[in-house]
Amino acid sequence: MSATHQPSPVAKLEQKTVRDLILKGKRIDDRGPLDYRPLTIMLGTVEKANGSAQVYLGKTKILAGVKVQVGTPFPDTPNEGILTVNAEFVPLAYPTFEAGPPDENSIELARVVDRGIRESKAIDLAKMCIDPGKKVLVIFVDVYVLDHDGNLIDAAGMAALGALISAKMQAFEVKGGEIKYKDTKIPLPMQNYPVPITSVKLDGSIIVDPCLEEEQVMSCRLTVTTDKDGNVCAMQKGGLGVFTPEEIKQIISSSVNKSRELREKILSKVN
Amino acid sequence: MDGRRLDELRPIKLEVGILDKADGSAYIEHGRNKILAAVFGPREAHPKHIALADRAVVKCRYHMAPFSTDERKSPAPSRRELELSKVIRESLEPSIMSEYFPRSTIDIIIEVLQADAGTRCAGITAASLALADAGIPLRELVAACAAGKIDGKVVLDLSDIEDKKGDADLPVAYMPKSNAIGLLQMDGSMTEEELKQALDMAINACKTIYDMQRDALRRKYHIERDESETEEVTEVKA
Repeated sequence: MSATHQPSPVAKLEQKTVRDLILKGKRIDDRGPLDYRPLTIMLGTVEKANGSAQVYLGKTKILAGVKVQVGTPFPDTPNEGILTVNAEFVPLAYPTFEAGPPDENSIELARVVDRGIRESKAIDLAKMCIDPGKKVLVIFVDVYVLDHDGNLIDAAGMAALGALISAKMQAFEVKGGEIKYKDTKIPLPMQNYPVPITSVKLDGSIIVDPCLEEEQVMSCRLTVTTDKDGNVCAMQKGGLGVFTPEEIKQIISSSVNKSRELREKILSKVN
Repeated sequence: MDGRRLDELRPIKLEVGILDKADGSAYIEHGRNKILAAVFGPREAHPKHIALADRAVVKCRYHMAPFSTDERKSPAPSRRELELSKVIRESLEPSIMSEYFPRSTIDIIIEVLQADAGTRCAGITAASLALADAGIPLRELVAACAAGKIDGKVVLDLSDIEDKKGDADLPVAYMPKSNAIGLLQMDGSMTEEELKQALDMAINACKTIYDMQRDALRRKYHIERDESETEEVTEVKA
């Protein structure tokens, strides 16, 4: 059962500091309301994975790895490869992260990232079919949260995108339902580049890319994932607060603009 | 596709207080969706350590029956059901005056008996009525409805067949008096303009559903008043 979370361990005084600053139009780390933290993205940091990307978003650190393996297709999509996204909140990332089966937060994060990639048709899954109804390629995207300083969804979405862009798989040809590997390596059939942007409402103000302290006192958050053409392909509201329709429209517009800038930054990493 | 206008809801039937043992309950038929919602509590938190000192813990379970879909669904909770339990809880919790019940829990159980697209929204609509039926003080009832896009057109309340062919789906939960959106998800592909249009369409539908919810409560409790506040209605019962 999904239950109300325990209150955050942030001291009351610190919560007050965050709130007081927001009321003055300032933020705890000196950013403006619509400023993103510095983003660093490194591709191919794990050689044994088909693709990998390490993202630093301020002090948040996320590593995503892509593995491509042969599997059986879903009955309703016999001619398409499979995409699965999973997220691990590794215990070393935060004092209250515990090992064990994924909780609702990591499931939500993985599903929001999955929705962005799937709905924007980022990967041409039709090109990942070996033997219709029997054998297809399965793309596993595993997101590893290594250090939690807020806004995990955006960092995870960009790490997953980076890992997919950087991924190389063995070139193959299909002969009579059998897969024959060649010596060359080819990139995944990418055709879109979704980027999630998360904004939160905090004491009536809207700020983008919340750090951990801001997340812990926020009223609610809204993630808007935009594709390369500026179309929105996924959204998710979270948290116990509420938005007005006007706030939502404002966030949609600002997210569409912000994602353009970040997408260019990620794509500039691949040649 | 089923002869409706683009901005027309499927037929909705609401019933309040239909389960004997639950503290509050409601049943909704929204198109071919058939969903039961029950509320237990406020009751003592169990296990005790989950209790909060200043408010009630709200727990929520969204679950689909194995026979509710075309292919049998495994009764084990899927990742989808776990995510929906969370977002449904987050859409209902803002409406509950949980600060009146410290150290207790309020359990919301949503069971989908037949699914035909839009189950999370219909589930929220029913669960909000079940909360009111349990006599839990609410700021307002929560109504929910989805809009979407099919063949390039923005449409309201997609049915299952439409959803599978559709280009986008936008479920919204809304409280009309406070103009507050408690649930918002979206998948598919829409331009900024289409999205804003769909959002307005869904909000308008929520207002219609909200009136149906109030009628359902009045039918159950025979309270005749025209523009009364919902919390007054619930307080009369509590």
